[in-house]
Amino acid sequence: MENSLKQRRGLQVWFSVMIGLIMIPAMFGLSLGVTSVYIQILVKILEWSTLRIQRGHRDRPTLPVPAPLPNGLIQREGGSMEHEMGELRRYRTQSISRGEFALSDSFYFYRKGLESIVDDQVTQRFSSEELVSWNLLTRTNHNFHYISLRLTVIWGLGVIIRYCVLFPLRITLAIIGLSWLVIGTSLVGFLPNRRVKNWLSELVHLMCYRICARGLSATIQYHNKNNKPQKGGICVANHTSPIDIVILANDGCYAMVGQSHSGLMGVIQRSMVRSCPHVWFERSEMRDRHAVTSRLRAHVAAKSNLPILIFPEGTCINNTSVMMFKKGSFEIGGTIYPVAIKYDPRFGDAFWNSAKYNMVSYLLRMMTSWAIVVNVWYLPPMTRQEGEDATKFANRVKSAIAHQGGLLDMAWDGSLKRDKVKEEFKEHQQKMYSSMVVGKKARTSQEPHTESTKR
Amino acid sequence: MGSRASTLLREEEIEEIKKETGFSHSQITRLYSRFTSLDKGENGTLGREDFQRIPELAINPLGDRIINAFFPEGEDQVNFRGFMRTLAHFRPIEDNEKNKDHTASEPLNSRSNKLLFAFRLYDLDRDDKISRDELLQVLRMMVGVNISDEQLGSIADRTIQEADQNGDNSISFNEFIKVLEKVDVEQKMSIRFLH
Repeated sequence: MENSLKQRRGLQVWFSVMIGLIMIPAMFGLSLGVTSVYIQILVKILEWSTLRIQRGHRDRPTLPVPAPLPNGLIQREGGSMEHEMGELRRYRTQSISRGEFALSDSFYFYRKGLESIVDDQVTQRFSSEELVSWNLLTRTNHNFHYISLRLTVIWGLGVIIRYCVLFPLRITLAIIGLSWLVIGTSLVGFLPNRRVKNWLSELVHLMCYRICARGLSATIQYHNKNNKPQKGGICVANHTSPIDIVILANDGCYAMVGQSHSGLMGVIQRSMVRSCPHVWFERSEMRDRHAVTSRLRAHVAAKSNLPILIFPEGTCINNTSVMMFKKGSFEIGGTIYPVAIKYDPRFGDAFWNSAKYNMVSYLLRMMTSWAIVVNVWYLPPMTRQEGEDATKFANRVKSAIAHQGGLLDMAWDGSLKRDKVKEEFKEHQQKMYSSMVVGKKARTSQEPHTESTKR
Repeated sequence: MGSRASTLLREEEIEEIKKETGFSHSQITRLYSRFTSLDKGENGTLGREDFQRIPELAINPLGDRIINAFFPEGEDQVNFRGFMRTLAHFRPIEDNEKNKDHTASEPLNSRSNKLLFAFRLYDLDRDDKISRDELLQVLRMMVGVNISDEQLGSIADRTIQEADQNGDNSISFNEFIKVLEKVDVEQKMSIRFLH
């Protein structure tokens, strides 16, 4: 009895010391350097394991384990519709009189269709990136084949360390961080004085986010801090996971924008608003785009308000590409501060696949990864130019972010995760093809077709 | 998850598919990954809505016809074998296959099988003839609302006139082959799969 009591007390003391050693420096933005040593050790281990796996594949070439192809399964013929149609019709030696149609025209569409069935650019963005080499986590193990005893032992050790040592630590830190956020902001909310209140509010927010970041073993590298978003501006970033907020808020204070939730999230949201203005919308308000825009505009206009943080993609993408930016954020006015966020996938998969995992299981997965290693680039501020419409501006910002973060710049809409694609894209293709059929002649019987299209 | 999926494909199945379609081992494994990623219901088969979820296919004017080609008569689900069988039509014709033993059954990706695939996409009722109506249907899918009924009708008439040799006002498979004999079908109806 006595022994187990002593053991329990010893464990408690050890635990509180660890928490203290991690929390206190975190609150002041300092670091004991433990995490960076940990990351370095991890990198060495992962490099060794990559070499070991490659050697294993070489020694046993009959292993039917194909490595993921970085450029997709097929080589696409990149010709435009016009070019391809021209080639298909080359065999037509007789003169084309009225309509330029060939039975082989459909081959173009057949091939394009089959190519997209085998490998398309869009659907892969809504699931986690496939790693080039296994990073010793069970969850990324797609083609596990036993390679060597040492590798399996290290993997086993990794499981123990991640689940039994790191996970309890991280959960405790996260709980402390969040509770401190709620308590701290509520306390600050009681203060009347403007300046002191703002300063304290920023301090409380920063401390909490830093503790939360430690709760994920997050190593964040900020680049170009001179471009940091200023008050009265709008910060715009690519979206991979809810953790993006923690990552960005570790280095500055932002006014959050989002839907007001009930339950625990609601408690957090309401207490945050007490200390400094954030913009929370009711679900009904979100449908009215004008109301949303005017509220955001009012917030930005008050130059003393913190910069708004917006994710224009509207949904989480898997951090290999940047998808269409919704133009609403770019109609508010003010200065846009673009930020590019790139996670290192070797240490943990940060993408939140909301179709597969709910928030809680996602956070648990995060806390049992090796670590979160992320690069954040602050890009120079951008404003809408004369005569540039919101869509063009949005695309300009998107390209800048994609270029900086080494991500693919895509025009497809992130909401394709859940919604169907718009009919107008198909209509656009039909129009292009029709112009090839009609050609430069026969403008005579050109009445627009009014019947519904047959299938 | 990925690991579960690849273990469901047994070696014997891979060998059978290899013999039937001519895809290599690694190609089959990769295409199986693709198949399972499309299979949101996780029941080992794909339905039409699984295909329609691919945006690039949904905006293809002939997308629905292509999807139809995967489903055998009257069925609503396609399994991996059927998936591979349809994809096999688009495998490039390799040189060594051109000299293959002609007594063996014709590979799925031979020139005439590729043309048969394209022919069947026109010939919806499978009566081995492309009628004027069937041709009009495909034309309408490709041009949308941009061309009038009359003009489309005359295009169809002209096409049938050029191809039809036995005067039955429709295009048979042999007539189809004849019209397209100069088209580089091997290249235009092939997808280059990376190893």
